[in-house]
Amino acid sequence: MDVRRIATLSRLELSDAEVDAFTGQLDAILGHIEQLSALDVTGIEPTAYPMPIAAPMRDDTPWQSLPQQALLQNAPDQAQQQVRVPKVVADA
Amino acid sequence: MSLSHTSITALRSLLSKGEVSPVQIVDDLLAQTSQRDGEIGAFLSLDAERIRAAAAQADLSLPLGGIPIAIKDNINALDEPCTCGSKFLAENYRSPYDAGVIKKLRAGGAILFGRTNMDEFAMGSATENSALRVTQNPSAPGHIPGGSSGGSAAAVAAHFAPAALGSDTGGSIRQPASHCGIVGLKPSYGRVSRYGLVAFASSLDQIGPMTRTVEDAALLLQVMAGHDPLDSTSLPVAVDDYLGGLRDGVKGLRIGMPKEYFAEGLDPAVREATMAAVAKLEAQGASVVEISLPHTEYAVATYYIIAPAEASSNLSRFDGVRYGHRASQPADILSLYQQSREEGFGPEVKRRILLGTYVLSSGYYDAYYNKAQKVRTLIRRDFTEAFERVDVIVSPVAPSPARKMGECSNPLEDYLADVCTIPVNLAGLPAISVPLPVQGLPIGLQIIAPHLQEALLLRVAQAVESGE
Repeated sequence: MDVRRIATLSRLELSDAEVDAFTGQLDAILGHIEQLSALDVTGIEPTAYPMPIAAPMRDDTPWQSLPQQALLQNAPDQAQQQVRVPKVVADA
Repeated sequence: MSLSHTSITALRSLLSKGEVSPVQIVDDLLAQTSQRDGEIGAFLSLDAERIRAAAAQADLSLPLGGIPIAIKDNINALDEPCTCGSKFLAENYRSPYDAGVIKKLRAGGAILFGRTNMDEFAMGSATENSALRVTQNPSAPGHIPGGSSGGSAAAVAAHFAPAALGSDTGGSIRQPASHCGIVGLKPSYGRVSRYGLVAFASSLDQIGPMTRTVEDAALLLQVMAGHDPLDSTSLPVAVDDYLGGLRDGVKGLRIGMPKEYFAEGLDPAVREATMAAVAKLEAQGASVVEISLPHTEYAVATYYIIAPAEASSNLSRFDGVRYGHRASQPADILSLYQQSREEGFGPEVKRRILLGTYVLSSGYYDAYYNKAQKVRTLIRRDFTEAFERVDVIVSPVAPSPARKMGECSNPLEDYLADVCTIPVNLAGLPAISVPLPVQGLPIGLQIIAPHLQEALLLRVAQAVESGE
């Protein structure tokens, strides 16, 4: 596994030592997983949920939600009743 | 016998006769905990003042009125911490709401009694992946309590609480229950609301009770079960009576023993205890037949594709923006995500996120994820076919009793030990671990029932516990 590439997709800034350690460990796990390739699954339907039930629909109407302050209390940084993050658009 | 050694059922009887008060019960448990939890490490937080206040107001007319219950630290309860055993949420997170099961416990009169240690984000089977605390097995000092609900199992086994909630994605209730010598029940997928449970693998996760008696597990499930409009996968079907037929016995029941679960590598003590329990069920009038679940050998591989895939998606919410850890000096928004996650997550969580991202990535999705979902169908079918011949299935919970702390050399070794519990989650079935009468390290018996047949499951478990 190209751990550095997957780490970027995963939004993890791994150290070089972590990349080395994970590469061996994940290759061992993938080696075990490889046994599935021996199994013929032609014509078998996939299972996403163990008890397939039709996706329940609800009415599209406003319902209870949590108060703004209750949610903001956990934000690492906030201003003007909003969550604050570094600038997300490039300078013109 | 002190109050801390008393079952929920017995405590309820004492409470209703006015022989003890809820405040006396929690004081007794708090005394036990403050004396011994420094050594055991079951709890991540315990707010004595809040617990005493709740005890003083308990409504004894309710089914769990005045009963303290410890909560795994991945189930949200208003204004309490919910660390998930992770540094990511340990700094300052407080839950802004009650999980579905917490609402039901409160409505049933229960007192929330502390937050228990766990493998980080429930990923592990020894509680050694907790970033916050070491937990040891109260029934076997120096040994792991199992995991990921190791703190809940330890709290119940150490008599710090008569019951606890755990969560089970691949065995995380049943395996620590087995290792600590208590009862642990994983309900059918859809039987209990997952709303407010911090999601690990949404198609596998289920919350369940951990207790010292089968009857207490039945009592707790009775309160916890049922549809929740905030979890669309919780089933809108009636909840059975779990207590009425509990002592109806096993006469005439057909019990299946899957030969694949008794393969080479099973510890002789586990084999002996399991066979002795089966013989006792037979003596009580059940018939025992050997069955086959032919795709068992593929279950661990299937699980280690599906669970990390779902985890990599679920844990993308931990980005350092709205809650939890945020890196101190990120240069831009991308660094904020990458550094916050790098600093906040421990190694096992990173491994599973990487594995999950890989199996879902372009070019690998069909070979891994799609394939695993099809094998999951085959594993599910194995059970459907088996339940045409038998009423319940029995097996070991884990191939060996609890190992010593610090003795796992590589992650795959611990993964492979989940072989008896993982297929049950893949199939969405209810299963329980019941402690067996053994000398030495605790060993549990796993009983598996068809979907939504918890009443039958508990009835067989009661027969094992009675042990005639």
